[in-house]
Order: sequence, then C-alpha cells, then structure tokens
Amino acid sequence: MRKIVADYPLVVTALLLSIFGIAMVYSAGQTDTPTVVARVYRSQLLWLAIGILGAYGISRSSVRFIEWVTLPAYLLSVLLLAATLVIGAGAGTAASTKSWLQVGGVRIGQPSELAKLTVVLMLAAVLAARKEPPRSLLDLWKPALVVGIPWVIIMLQPDLGTGIVFIGIFFGMLYWSGVSWPLLLLLGSPVVSLILSFSTGMWGAWFLVLLALILYYRPYLIEGIILLAANIATGVVAPILWEKLAPYQQNRLKVFLDPSADPRASGYHVIQSKIAIGSGGVFGQGFTMGTQKRLAFLPEQHTDFIFAVVGEETGFLGVTVALTLFLVLFLRITQISGRANDSYSSLVAFGLMASWFVHVLVNVGMTLNLMPITGIPLPFFSYGGSFMLASWLAIGVLMRISGEGRGKAAFKAS
Amino acid sequence: MSFHPNDIARRTRLSSYGLIIGFFLLLSAFFNAQVLQSGFYRRASEENRLRAIPLPAPRGIIYDRKGQIIAENLPAYSVSITAPSLDSLRESLKRLQPTLQLTDGDINSAVRRYKRAPTRPTVVLPDASIDVISVLEEHRIDYPRLIIQSVPKRFYPDGPVVASFVGYTGEVTENDLNLPQYEGYKPGQIIGKGGLEKQYESVLRGQEGERYDLVDARGRPVRGVGERPDKNPVAAPSLKTNIDLDLQRFAAATFGDSLQGGVLALDPKNGAVLALYSNPSFDPNRFTGGIPADYWKELNTDPRRPLFNKVIQGTYPPGSTWKLATSVMGLENGLVTMKTHMPITCSGGLQYGRRYFKCWEKKGHGSVDLAGAITHSCDVYFYQLGLKISLSKLAAGGIDLDFDKRSGIDLPNEYKPRFPTRDVRAYYNRLFGANWSNSETLNLAIGQGANSQTVASMAKFYTALATEGTSSTPELVSKKPEQKRIIQLTPEQFAGLRLAMAGVTSAGGTAASANIKGLVIAGKTGSAQNTSNRNKDHAWFVGFAPAENPRIVVAVFLEFGEHGYFAARVASKIIGKYLGYGGEVIANTEGG
Repeated sequence: MRKIVADYPLVVTALLLSIFGIAMVYSAGQTDTPTVVARVYRSQLLWLAIGILGAYGISRSSVRFIEWVTLPAYLLSVLLLAATLVIGAGAGTAASTKSWLQVGGVRIGQPSELAKLTVVLMLAAVLAARKEPPRSLLDLWKPALVVGIPWVIIMLQPDLGTGIVFIGIFFGMLYWSGVSWPLLLLLGSPVVSLILSFSTGMWGAWFLVLLALILYYRPYLIEGIILLAANIATGVVAPILWEKLAPYQQNRLKVFLDPSADPRASGYHVIQSKIAIGSGGVFGQGFTMGTQKRLAFLPEQHTDFIFAVVGEETGFLGVTVALTLFLVLFLRITQISGRANDSYSSLVAFGLMASWFVHVLVNVGMTLNLMPITGIPLPFFSYGGSFMLASWLAIGVLMRISGEGRGKAAFKAS
Repeated sequence: MSFHPNDIARRTRLSSYGLIIGFFLLLSAFFNAQVLQSGFYRRASEENRLRAIPLPAPRGIIYDRKGQIIAENLPAYSVSITAPSLDSLRESLKRLQPTLQLTDGDINSAVRRYKRAPTRPTVVLPDASIDVISVLEEHRIDYPRLIIQSVPKRFYPDGPVVASFVGYTGEVTENDLNLPQYEGYKPGQIIGKGGLEKQYESVLRGQEGERYDLVDARGRPVRGVGERPDKNPVAAPSLKTNIDLDLQRFAAATFGDSLQGGVLALDPKNGAVLALYSNPSFDPNRFTGGIPADYWKELNTDPRRPLFNKVIQGTYPPGSTWKLATSVMGLENGLVTMKTHMPITCSGGLQYGRRYFKCWEKKGHGSVDLAGAITHSCDVYFYQLGLKISLSKLAAGGIDLDFDKRSGIDLPNEYKPRFPTRDVRAYYNRLFGANWSNSETLNLAIGQGANSQTVASMAKFYTALATEGTSSTPELVSKKPEQKRIIQLTPEQFAGLRLAMAGVTSAGGTAASANIKGLVIAGKTGSAQNTSNRNKDHAWFVGFAPAENPRIVVAVFLEFGEHGYFAARVASKIIGKYLGYGGEVIANTEGG
C-alpha cells in the first residue's frame, strides 16, 4: 500500500469550479418573481459535500479495485438504463423523455449520468486488454459494442445530448488508445454523411474525399464496401430519418441552423441566452443582478443555460476565469493520463476528460448558438444532483490514478 | 493500446494543443459577443425589459385675435392594456367588460388598435369616467397589465359656436394610418378631423413622450423604476387665429335656431377671417373620445345638414350679388359708365328671342343708369349689359376675377365653385349638348345659370371691391397675406360703385331695412333660385363697411331666406357689432 499525496492542482481546480458553479446556481435562483429555483443551491451544496466524501473514499481505494468493479458497475448501469425505458420519467423541459429513474413517483436519479462514468471504465478495460491499438474497423467491434448498447438505450429515451457525449467519449478514447487518424475519420464518416446529406453537392464532395481516404488507408475490401454502403445509407436515409425525429428535436436542429427563424418559440432560448451573454459586457452586470435572468427572459437559467448567467453577471472576465479553470482541469487530467501507471488508468483518465470536454464544448457553445441545443449540462455548474455526484466520483478516480501514476512527486512510496 | 512512452507523450502534446485551441476558439466567440457586440446585446436586453408607455402630448391651444381661448385641453383619464397576444387581449377585455362597461364596439376598436401596434399599450377607453377609474384603482392588483393614465382631452369652451372653423378631433382611423400624411402616427392617437384642427395638424400635434416601465418576460410590470429616464411629452405651440371670438359668438347668436346658412366676415385689408359660422352647427366637444352613435346619427339625418359647412362647402348661384362682377367687367371694358342708361327701359322684363326674361320687380324700374341698376338690382339693365359684354367675355372676366377657383381659405375640404371655362362654347356644349342659346348670357349676367359660388369666394371678391381692386385670400391664421389685384378701375369708378352699393342699404335700396344710423354699409343683396323649392329662394348679402374706409367685409347666405334683405339684416347686425354700433337695426319699410 502506497501513501497517496493528493493531486492538489486537480482537486483545487475542481473545487474552484464547484464553488463558482454553486454561486451561479444560487444567483440563478435570484429572480424577481421567486420560484423553486431560489432554494436549489442548498441541495446542490449537499450533493457537493456527498460528492467530495465519495471522491475521498475512492481516492483511498485503488485502481485495481476500480478495475475490478468495472464490469459489474457497467452491467448495473446498463440495467438501470434499460429500466428507464420501462419506468422512466421525464423532468423539466424534457418532460416527454424518460431519462429519470422513478420509483413510486419519487425520482431517484438519472442512470445516464452513472453510465457516462461506467462506459469510460468499461471502454478503458476493453481497449487496455489489447496489446496493439485497433488497426481495422473489424477490430473495433468490442469497443463499439461497449458504447453502442447504452447509446442505443439512451437514444431510445430519447436523450440526444447524452448520446453525443457517448460518441465523444468513444472517439476520444480510441484516439488515446492509438487508433490512427484516418481510421477514426473512416469510422466517423457515416455521421459526416448524415450531416451533409441535406445538401447533395456537399455530400457528393464528401463522398469523393471518403473514396480518396479509403484508397489511401486501404482497409479490407469488406470494410471498404461496408463503409461506402454506410455512407450512402446515411446520406440517402437521412432525410427519411429526419422525418422520424420528434418535432422538438427537429426544431432544435432547425433553430441551431437559424435561431431567428421562429424567435417566439424554439429560437427564443438561444436568442435570450445570447442577449444575456452579450449584455454582460466585459465586467458583467454584477453577481445576482442580471436582468435577463431576474426578469425570467433567460430559460433554464439554473441548468442548461447557467453559463448565460455567468456571461451576463460576471462578464467576459468571469467567462475567461470559468473557461480557464476548465482548461487547467483538462490539461491537468491529460497530464495524469500521460503519467498513469498502466494503460487502463491512462484510458480512464483520458475518457473522463473527453466526457467533460464534450459537455463543456456543447453546453457553452450552445449558449452562443455555436452548437445545437441538446440539453447537455455544464459540469460543476448546472444544477443536478446525479451529475455533481458523478463528477466528483470521477475526480476521486482521477485522484487515485494521479496518485498511482509515475512522475514528479505525485506520490510517495509508503 | 499502444502504451509506449513516446506515443503517450505525443498524444499528450497533441491533446493539450487541441484543448488550448478549443479554449481560445470558444473564448474568442465570447470576446466577440461580450466586448465587440456588447452594445447591440445591451440594447436588446433593454428592449426586452423596458416597455415604453406613450405619454400623449397636449395639442396646441387655439386663441382668437384677442387671446380668448377657442380650443384648450382638459385632464382626462385613459385606460390601456398591454397584452402578449391577441388571445390574451381578448381574454383580459372579457374580464374587464363588466367593470369598464365596455360595448362590443369598444372591444372591436381595442382589438383593431392591438392588431395595428401589438407592442404599444392598447387603448381600451380613451376617456374613462372617474367612477370607472376609481373602481379600477381599487382592483389594480388584479390587473397588472392595466395602464391608467392622465391624458389631455380637447375642449372647446364655446362648443358649437366655433365648430364651423375649428373642426374637431378624434382617434386616427385605420384608413388615416394608411395615408402618407399620417406616417408615424400610432393607433389610439388623436388627430384633427376637420377645420383648423385638421388644417394645422402638424402644428397642433404635440410631441408624444414615453415612460419606460420595467417588465418581466411575461410582460408584467415589476417593482423598480426603469433605468431609462422618461421622455416628457412636448406640448405643441399655441395657434393664434384672426377670429374675433366676440363677433363669432354674436354671429352665432344672430343666426339662432331659426336661420339656416352661413356667414363669413373678413378684414378686407389682409383677408383675416373675423368670423366664420355655419348654422346649424354641432358640438365638437361631443366628438372628443369617440362620437356617441346616437349623436352621430342625429347629425347625419338632420335635413339641415349640420356637418355641411355652408360657408366653404355650400355652392349656390350668387344671384344679384354677382351683378357687381358684371358691372366691373362693363366698366373695365369701357362699355358703360356709372351714368350709362340702357336702350330698353325696365318695364318688368325683357323680350329676348322667343323668351321673355323677367325682372324681379314686376312693376319695372323704368330707365336707370348703372348706379341705379345696382341700387335697385334691375335685372333688365344687367341683361342688356351682359349682352353688350358677350358671353365669352363674361366667362373670361369671371375667371379673371377668380370665380372659377376656391377662395383658398386655410380650411380643409373647401368646395370648388362652378363656373364656365374660358372656352364657353365648348363648356356649354358639354353642359347642354348643342341645344343652348345665347340666353345663357342673360342668366350669367345676373348671377344665375352655370355659376355657383361659395360664401367664401363671394366674400373674397368683395374684398377687392372694398380695397380698390385687391382681393385677399381669407386667412384664419395669419400668414403672409395672399393678395392679387383683380380689378383694374379708376378710383372714381370705385367710388361710383361704392356709392351705388351704399344705396342698397339706404332708403329706397333693396336692403333699406339693414341701414345703421351713422354708418354707411356698401353691399348687394341677392336671391338665388332654389332648385328644391321654387317659392323659397336662398338669400344673399355681401357687403362692407364703412363704405369709404372698409374695415370689414361680410358675406351672408341664408338657405330658404327668400329675400336678400333678410340676409342684409343679419350682415348689418354683424357689421354693427364689429364696428361698435351696438348692432342697432333701424326698422324701415322694405325697399324690395
């Protein structure tokens, strides 16, 4: 047993982000007409405390223990996810979805938050088991299955945002495991086809690029055929799929493309968010003083759009501080991945970072209409017990990995 | 996975670069929004939370020449409501209907105003009673979107007395808003609808102010003052008119309930309108805040047509008052002098062709010169004078005397007189086909036939007679006088005409009963054939006084007035009042 010295840059950064976040949750509740949001900061504080205790507990265990619980934890989370399809419930603006696990009318939590963690662990286990990184698409069936099963369930809930996070985790960890760029690109090509299918010309151009890539990379013949088929399928099938999207999903995508199209309805959120952020200026309107938030122009101000409150009340200065804290955290985790003692730990650390990175990118980008509105929360900021707890448990895992890692004085031998 | 330290180091490096690039991309987007475009979003944020409540400006006060008030503003209360949607508006109105005693018409008007300007508070009641206001104030908390405002309301202390020239005000209509001159006007705003109020709308309209209320996302006002200071309404400057309100009141009183017609009193030197009254009149105060339906119906069904301005809109044959125009043409062309007699003496009529043209005096006037013909209004004399002048020169001369043009008074909707064009042949052909004879000359010479004038245009012509040839455009509000020399006669000839016209109101003249002791009134009576009732001619009198140094020109028209001297008596009273003769009318035997 080695004595672990806490990774202070990691913990302090996460703590600063959490304090900043809870302060913003508190401010989000300070509206002119008080609502239930006025009190949620208290439960957020409670969840932070529980999360820190959990993180401490995990940091006192060992990576091997974590590795040992990986499979059961993964299976449990898939089971819980599947259960939401049967007894799931919606909440808030996503009332028609089933992402909440509910027993006897009491909402227990969102299994998808747990799944984000366990999928990272499981994917790390699968990828670490191989001596060589996957060299062909056929080699990827196992990792794809690990992510694919929960992903399909989540898309059935449906929860587009979490689905995007899973894809981010998948690609991030494949990259970290050493999968080459062209293979990653080929893997992602059907998705690109899907996105470009709305313009025949763009899709045609993409298809030529794809052909060039295949000729350059020379995959197995069967793979090449499957890839081309998949690209044609998504490129052609996409419009049909579009018809199958729920109207609100269609709207969100449409609003992403043109937020002024219907400002009173779905574009309203983004427009109000941009107004809030832009009116913050350099120094912001002052803590709790944001008028867009106070007068209820800003929707979901304590969850999805909390970063708009940051922008409105703390200005460009506050935004810079928040984003810098995230950057410091991510760079620190990347370092931890680099220093990790074994490939499993390394992959876990990078996967957790990739997951948060996608959250931050999509959520913060969404507030300025750089990303579609998908309902992805902002780590350490958005109100939500499950997510706060899961985030701090992940910090605990990272503390342990950092502690066991190689390098400068990150740990002392006992 | 490949866990070689070199691979790991390379990936760590690449990932870190990727993270840093992503960070700066995201940050630059925020820099753009929060620093570069901050002003735009700040305004958008203000527009979100600040609702502008219009503060109506008082209209300009209208004064008479001595500073007496013709139109002013009284405080009133208006009730408006803000609504996020049409459905919400309808709902609110339904709830408010019993409290505000709204009629369906009120609701429809409010809905119409909302549709035109949904972001502006919708006026529900432009002029609410104090009872309604006090009830609303009690329930203020139940209606957070209700706005009760003190607003100026137009008031005319003299009401119907001044309606003929001042007009009235009312809410700008849907049709008005589509017109270019009402660009920038908003539904619910008050505009001038007639008379001076309309003519000088751009002057009388104040500059609307704005108050900024802080509202939340659902449009409900919240506590705290707006961050933007109020923009106070700017009252319009006052408008001073040439009207002599005392004379105007006297004119209205003279017409009373029984007489029907109009009067225009001018200062001959500059065309200043001293009084303009059309009887029966209407009460413009009842138009303020919406005309009650029954009153509107009453005005429109009254056969005496109170809304029809008999001074500037009524066009009637000028009858004998036009004989002065014929006289002027005869003198100008050197065809006659004041002393010239006509070949045929008046024996009560004149045979012309196959028709016999009667003189109004069946007994006949005998042989009269031009002066006598004017004094006694001898038709037979003017038939012959007309024939001497010829039809085409009568028409051309009339046009030179502006009888084919509006007087140009500064009031809206003045009607154009009816008068032949210079090409008389073509004109009459158009009027009657080829089937007309030179007897039209006889009609035209005595002010009948294809000649209908407004009271205003006749008064304008007489300003030229009163000032040795210079006519002045009637002006309610003094501008640079529009004057034009239309009569080219010698002072002696003018003196002759004045003497003849003075005879009209002297013993033996056609309006001897209009005489005022110590004052010489020069004028001319006239009666116009009434197409609707042959037995009741319209009566005219146009004249000025004092004859030697005219200070006032008065044109009186009485519908169904029968005899010119009735009109002359009205004119005489008004002249007497203005010139300080106490309106004494000396009863006399009628001269005809």
